[in-house]
Amino acid sequence: MTRPLLFDGIDEPGLNTLAVYERRGGYDALRKTLTQMTPEQVLSELEASNLRGRGGAGFQMGKKVSFLPKGSIEKYLVCNADESEPGTFKDRELMQKSPHMLLEGLIIASYAAGASRSFIYIRGEYVQQADILDAALVEAREAGYLGERILGSEHSLSLVVHRGAGAYICGEETGLLDSLEGKRGNPRLKPPFPANEGLYKGPTLINNVETLSTVPTIIAIGGAEYAKLGTEQSTGTKVVSVSGHVQRPGNYEVELGVPSREIIYGLAGGPPPGRSVKCWFPGGSSAPVLTGDELDVPYDFESLAKAGSMLGSGAIIVVDDSTPILELALKTAKFYRHESCGKCTPCREGTNWTVHMLERIDRGEATPMDLEVMASVQEHIIGHCLCVLGDAMAMPIGSMIAKFKDELEAHMEKRRLEYAPVEAAPAEAAA
Amino acid sequence: MSSTSRARGWDVPANLDKDPATVPDPATTPVPEDLRREIEAHMALYPDTRSAALPALEAAQRRYGWCSPEAIEQVACVMGVTPASLDAVTTFYDMLETELVGRHSVYVCTNISCSLRGADELYGAMREAAHEDATFNVRSFECLGACDIAPMASVDGVYVGPLTVADVPQLLDDVRAGREVLPDKQLVRRACADPTAGSAPAAGDTPAAGSSPAADGASAPGGAPEGSA
Repeated sequence: MTRPLLFDGIDEPGLNTLAVYERRGGYDALRKTLTQMTPEQVLSELEASNLRGRGGAGFQMGKKVSFLPKGSIEKYLVCNADESEPGTFKDRELMQKSPHMLLEGLIIASYAAGASRSFIYIRGEYVQQADILDAALVEAREAGYLGERILGSEHSLSLVVHRGAGAYICGEETGLLDSLEGKRGNPRLKPPFPANEGLYKGPTLINNVETLSTVPTIIAIGGAEYAKLGTEQSTGTKVVSVSGHVQRPGNYEVELGVPSREIIYGLAGGPPPGRSVKCWFPGGSSAPVLTGDELDVPYDFESLAKAGSMLGSGAIIVVDDSTPILELALKTAKFYRHESCGKCTPCREGTNWTVHMLERIDRGEATPMDLEVMASVQEHIIGHCLCVLGDAMAMPIGSMIAKFKDELEAHMEKRRLEYAPVEAAPAEAAA
Repeated sequence: MSSTSRARGWDVPANLDKDPATVPDPATTPVPEDLRREIEAHMALYPDTRSAALPALEAAQRRYGWCSPEAIEQVACVMGVTPASLDAVTTFYDMLETELVGRHSVYVCTNISCSLRGADELYGAMREAAHEDATFNVRSFECLGACDIAPMASVDGVYVGPLTVADVPQLLDDVRAGREVLPDKQLVRRACADPTAGSAPAAGDTPAAGSSPAADGASAPGGAPEGSA
């Protein structure tokens, strides 16, 4: 990678305005799309790029577009900007600094999918970013990039920036759709998948902010050229959010496949002096943790999966050796307990009881068997719910129990002894 | 946050003799004209007007400070739905208040990345400093998506960080005085590229596109979307 794709010129003052974005060549890809390409050609470029969704699941975008039914039926495009995975803040940066890049990608994707109505579902907490998007939307509409017969073509598209109101589960695509329909954000049973039955029961394409923001680049340089970046199964570049115990937390755009150590130490500066990496989440708090011995794993979808974790949303949270693993586990579990929508029993009860059991360790009431029970609770959550929120707790907690069993047992024993004297004293007296 | 329900009246027995509330009658439900217009403008944006529930409730909350039963009744009246259907929505979302709270919201992020950098202490100090001032609504919040400025807070929607306990009095004073809150620490004012990012990469042609606030806070206005918001 000679120059960044998404972060090229991200520093430029006023990039969020149409004038600066156009001066840098913005909307050229859209013009090329609408004047020289058919929707099928756009789709084949997307497929050739092998771009995988940047929201968490990593599903090929081209394939997703191709699942939509053909014909004149009303189709919807929804951009998932409900970035709430702990540790993730890449979409925020992209929307705030380069909102027109997202709009351009979204319009091109709508052309490929044949969608005439689109929505950006942005989390309610991103007040400033939503205001920026709204301003960009007005500019784009006035310039003729949105609305009826865009740039004189047959393609028309409406766009609404829809603000959420604070719920992690609305980042799950079917929860998002229910929320966008004005209901509680409860996930739906799948199938039917949104491509067949999504928003207002119509065929719906849902893509993440970073995924859509990449589309103009793919059209500009060509899908095949884009696929040369990164690895065979993880093409292109990725904006990685690095946070936690690093000296330079922030967003970094990297070519997929770079060693994770280069991101954590090279770009983000590693943990503070004198400390070392105890564990790290490679892809947001839902990803199983990796330890300090696993820093050389290449940062791409397949390598992280092989290492027993996942790339997820591309958020690296680094935890150094000053943090007890119990504290980390409790923080993680409490988050998922709070965010579980309560619809499926394994998730609702599993997240709640995991918190209770972790707290028991801290109160000195746990026995080593509790770890086994807790591990089995995690196993019983995975795959047994409508969505993966429960799994998203079970995977990291399960990995912490597996990888830091000794520490948890020591913690348990230490706490037990600290609280034991109250009960132990009479027994000693009797003996 | 406790695990008890946020739904109002969950712990009182239902009065089964009472008829369920129906769609409020516009003739007997006064709705301020500007609120009605705002809600109707949102409804016009969607193929199904029910989609406007969140923006409509947000508008009512902005006016009344919380989603009070009266506020919900007014929204229900304009939208032509039952108050219960909006109650169900209100209780689901963290940003919709089901009780009367302070006018100024201070959400302190206490999720993993922020708590690794001292957010719990910050939250404690914020609560302590604001607890006698009823104009504040200090809450701990799940990940707000700004771990690059951890620990951080969202003050009436404006992201500020990294914060220390020492910043708390100034932050609250800024809000009380109606000033911009901690201008030097606002996320949107931060420079994009960290001049030191990528300066010490390991071998190879590591891309050096960084967008990170400098650790020492050396920020210059650049790419800041001021004025557009």
